[in-house]
Amino acid sequence: MAAGGIRRLGSRGSTRLPRALRIGLLLAPALLVVLVLFGGGLAQAVAQSFGYQPFLPQRPLSFDAYRDLWADPAVRASIGLTLRIAVLSTTAAAVLGVGAALLVRSLGRCQPAFAALLQVTLPLPHIVAALAIGLLLAQSGELSRVAASAGLVDGPGHFPALTQDGFGWGIIASYVWKEAPFVAVLVLAVLTKGVADLEDAARALGAGWWQRLRHIVIPALAPALGAASVLVFAFTFGSYEVPFLLGRPFPATLPVVAYQEFRDPDLESRPLAMAIAVFTVLLVGVCALAYLTLSDRLRGAGSAAGRAKVVR
Amino acid sequence: MRRAVGSGLLATGLLLPFIPLLLWAVAGDFRYPAVVPELSGRGLGMIADPAVLDALVTSLTIAGVVAVLAAVIGAGAGRALGLYTFRGRRLVQFLLLAPAIVPTLAVTLGIQVFFIRYGLADSVAGVVLVQLIPTVPYVSLVMASAFANFDVESEDAARVLGAGPLRRLILVTVPAVGPGLVVAALFAFLISWSEYILTLLIGGGVVRTLPLLLFAEIGSADLPAAAALSLVIALPPLLLVALTSRLLTGGTPVAVGMRRL
Repeated sequence: MAAGGIRRLGSRGSTRLPRALRIGLLLAPALLVVLVLFGGGLAQAVAQSFGYQPFLPQRPLSFDAYRDLWADPAVRASIGLTLRIAVLSTTAAAVLGVGAALLVRSLGRCQPAFAALLQVTLPLPHIVAALAIGLLLAQSGELSRVAASAGLVDGPGHFPALTQDGFGWGIIASYVWKEAPFVAVLVLAVLTKGVADLEDAARALGAGWWQRLRHIVIPALAPALGAASVLVFAFTFGSYEVPFLLGRPFPATLPVVAYQEFRDPDLESRPLAMAIAVFTVLLVGVCALAYLTLSDRLRGAGSAAGRAKVVR
Repeated sequence: MRRAVGSGLLATGLLLPFIPLLLWAVAGDFRYPAVVPELSGRGLGMIADPAVLDALVTSLTIAGVVAVLAAVIGAGAGRALGLYTFRGRRLVQFLLLAPAIVPTLAVTLGIQVFFIRYGLADSVAGVVLVQLIPTVPYVSLVMASAFANFDVESEDAARVLGAGPLRRLILVTVPAVGPGLVVAALFAFLISWSEYILTLLIGGGVVRTLPLLLFAEIGSADLPAAAALSLVIALPPLLLVALTSRLLTGGTPVAVGMRRL
């Protein structure tokens, strides 16, 4: 009886799938999604940007769409606008996010309440955020009404255009409203008790406020801040909803232009739509890779320096 | 003193944009330069409109199915990544991270014609399929970190004690990685719930979720209706995150998901 039980256990163990097959089966569905839907979509966007048309008579492939992309002043204006919005939103979110994290960390008794408050805009859909910012900042929005009641402006036309403007203030405000708390939450997570202990030790040794920030706090939060900034940049560069709702039809950001060109009933504009899409992917991809390489190298240099110190 | 000013500014910045949204949701006559509207229940009343209820059902269906599928698919991949070291592991991680960074709109423009060709366009099934692109990689990464802390020997112990595969899964594995799975599925739900452009591209305006309806109402400049509807869209995410904030530790894989919202 006991021997039979052991044999059964043994045989069940040996009928288990080989390791490689098990790993393959576990990964297969996710890889199918990533390779077929994501990779396939990317490959198709590239192919169609060269003029390939699935299920339609073929025409000669060419770089024309990319030439148009550079030649078209509307697209060039759109590249400038998209970069400006992404860079300013990311910078503002990083600075305000770190500031908020450091502030919340220093609050003591009120800290849990403010840490929770930081999470209020995180799960908010971007469309809702864009609508809220629009109702606040538009020329006939709430701020303008308050200013008018205070006698500061004479009417909607006298309030500065912050939405549907050429610069993109409203878009930036909407992104910063959601992304600064995102940065703050990530930064707060790495500013642990250990960092605070290091700061206390440095203070005891006579380090000033700036020295503690420069040599302890900033190195501790840099990796999280870097990763968060890359995610924010990638999102603000490539997303559609907020610039569509708060921006102008012209110049519009690259994703908005890509979608407009894609919706054009004339299939001749498809390659340009795809070329713009591919351009956004390349730019975001290059930024992310540059960040990964840089952070790897910095980490390598940091640990090398650490080793050097230990050796000495 | 400086701290008081700072925290006052922080709270103002975080909460101020909600004020016009709430005012417009209950607004009747709200002409410039009135700062506060005449109250009216019209906007909030439109929530009971059949079109809104239809969209609510569509949104819940799509987000629910996406969350379950992404959780199952992602838990598998996460298990492989978290428990095993194998050749190509870094490549798989890279492949799963790419959709979190690369704009999904660009990718979807490329495959839309295939969805039309294979009869998936303008259908709930097609929308579910396209929404797996942002959600599956995310769940996989969260589950990889959950499984990295999972002691696989507990499964072996259960097997030796005679538990079959299903009982091992239900009694040992799921309880151990459960919190991670709940957070991952929850964020997959929220990513789908908030999605607009993928739904529009593949659903073609036929599959009308709440975000599509909100866009239409903003477009028609019916601001009380839009503001009220936006509260309906914002409420479930706020509630779910409040209920699970205990599980949200700000760890990086979870953060990737927050960014997608």
